[in-house]
Amino acid sequence: MHDIFVLAEHREGELREVTLEILTLAGQLAEQSGGKVTAVLLGSGIDEYAGKCASFADRVLVVDDPMYKDYNSAAYQQALVELIKAEKPHLVLIGNTGQGVDLAPSLAVELDVPYTSDVVSVTLEGDKPVATRQYYGGKIDGRIEFKDADVYVLAIREASTPAGEGGKSGEIQKIDNPVTTEVTVRKFLEYVEAAIGEVDITQSTMLVSVGRGIRDEKNMPIMEELAEAMGADLSASRAVVDAGWLPTDRQVGISGKTVSPKLYLAVGISGAFQHVTGIKGADVVVAINKDPDAPIFQYADYGIVDDLLKVVPALTEKIKEMKG
Amino acid sequence: MNVVVCVKQVPDTSDPDVEVHIDSSGKGVDESKFSFVINDADNYAVEEAILLKEKHEGEVTVVNIGPEAANQVVRMALAKGGDQAIRLDDERFAFSDITATARLLASAIGDLEFDIVMTGCIASDDGYSAVGVTLAQMLDLPHAAMVKSVEVIGDNKLKVGRELEGGLLEMLEIETPCVLTIQTGINEPRYASFKGIRAASKKEIKVMDLEATGLSEDQVGEAGSTAVMVEYSVPVVGELAEILEGDAAETSVKLSGILKEKGLV
Ligand SMILES: Cc1cc2nc3c(=O)[nH]c(=O)nc-3n(C[C@H](O)[C@H](O)[C@H](O)COP(=O)(O)OP(=O)(O)OC[C@H]3O[C@@H](n4cnc5c(N)ncnc54)[C@H](O)[C@@H]3O)c2cc1C
Ligand SMILES: Nc1ncnc2c1ncn2[C@@H]1O[C@H](COP(=O)(O)O)[C@@H](O)[C@H]1O
Repeated sequence: MHDIFVLAEHREGELREVTLEILTLAGQLAEQSGGKVTAVLLGSGIDEYAGKCASFADRVLVVDDPMYKDYNSAAYQQALVELIKAEKPHLVLIGNTGQGVDLAPSLAVELDVPYTSDVVSVTLEGDKPVATRQYYGGKIDGRIEFKDADVYVLAIREASTPAGEGGKSGEIQKIDNPVTTEVTVRKFLEYVEAAIGEVDITQSTMLVSVGRGIRDEKNMPIMEELAEAMGADLSASRAVVDAGWLPTDRQVGISGKTVSPKLYLAVGISGAFQHVTGIKGADVVVAINKDPDAPIFQYADYGIVDDLLKVVPALTEKIKEMKG
Repeated sequence: MNVVVCVKQVPDTSDPDVEVHIDSSGKGVDESKFSFVINDADNYAVEEAILLKEKHEGEVTVVNIGPEAANQVVRMALAKGGDQAIRLDDERFAFSDITATARLLASAIGDLEFDIVMTGCIASDDGYSAVGVTLAQMLDLPHAAMVKSVEVIGDNKLKVGRELEGGLLEMLEIETPCVLTIQTGINEPRYASFKGIRAASKKEIKVMDLEATGLSEDQVGEAGSTAVMVEYSVPVVGELAEILEGDAAETSVKLSGILKEKGLV
């Protein structure tokens, strides 16, 4: 009745960390509701992942079939619909990841149950989940309440609950593939790795990072000059890379690089979740932003609330002076 | 190749002067000082739709749910090369969740002839990244989310690349008709030409209210929603950065001093 399904996510021979995070969250919710946590693992040759999931779950439901070797939304969705209809869990938790956002919304429609996405926290009020998520680039929180249903599907933001220690020993249950017909509407081909550029920002000890606040490509030289004066490498938010002002390999964040410099100087970057997950490893974070409410100030050690077009040239001068 | 592209009008949250204040209802924000723009990802979706049209012929239809003021983003998409547009506008559409929004889009798109429906992969205001994939299932079509490359490889087949964490691309084949949610950076959106802007003022924007959609009142707005945002709140934040006060001359001295002290310069 109060059971929770968690879809395990794996890619290219690795169980993804988000799986253990969500299993941890599910464990906390189950403790409250008295339900059981089931990790659902679809894949091929996945015994190792099953073992890992078992230490975070009461049960691991394993469907081992070549059909699931690489993720395919069409196949995954069919399998999940069958499993959910048969087992009737109360909650289905999926990562709000590149995989999850491709799968969870259509799954919920096919099941005809409520869905919300990018959830940062969930509580149970009585029988029902209540979710908190962010709006307007993290400037506002919103509380989501659901209409009554037997099943609720939620996509959970990565890194919103730290993975616990595990320590359970859930039963591993292998079941037959519930999907008997081949899926043809969509076919996985291959993975293509991101290109590697001339500067590897994951190795940089100092990063000067530029965001959309720079406004125009013609302002980019002031950032280059600051980076040069500081002896730092130049990196960027996605907005700057999308605009073509810096190459893709300079992008910091969830779809770019995870960096761990001694100093990360974020200039004109708002601090979207997808960006700041990439700077968790930085020692000192400094932010320059005109907007005092920019979320980046929640992650920075020092901040300057001002126009970057004024501060950056002044800072470059001071640093040049200091270095003599 | 006929493409339908969904565009949303959103406040420009990259503008440092756009403050987001919760209004007295608790479930809306004060929009009076917002400057509105096309949603970032939708800008790329429009460009991708027009590129496909230029390469493979066909028509581009622009679809929006929004007030009359949203004509601004619709017209801009028409000016760049869209052929016609539909705008869904009715007070009863307010507070639609993911499902009700997708249902509205489906009601307008379902009767059109198309090969691909494109949405943005995420709206910058609500950040659901869900409307496109929800819409696909409602139209009973295959889909791919977070698309970073599109190539036509057969009469009813596309090769697309989906962007995953770390910039990894998942390449796949998908049958058309289908729904693709487009990720930013897939192309370089063009600017509208003056000629295009003039031409756009003559193109038709069909406006649909609730009756025109054929949906009932309990299928749209809050009534038609199953996951309802009931209350906004100001986020509880942890410790904030130590803010260095003063004008640029002063803050740059303070910051360079701190960096020196920490051995960083
Ligand atoms: C699946 C997915 C993956 C993503 N991956 C990444 C990723 O890897 N990396 C990433 O960065 N983003 C990523 N994003 C995008 C992310 O959500 C944000 O849109 C992006 O980080 C915003 O970049 P920004 O902070 O430069 O721009 P904005 O959010 O537009 O912020 C601009 C900032 O500049 C400030 N500003 C403006 N003018 C000035 C001025 N004159 N002086 C000082 N400050 C000024 C503004 O106050 C604002 O805070 C991803 C999004 C999705 C959906
Ligand atoms: N009001 C709307 N009008 C037109 N398209 C919309 C609307 N809301 C959402 N969409 C489309 O759905 C995409 C994803 O939105 P979301 O799921 O809300 O993040 C957007 O990029 C748009 O393409």
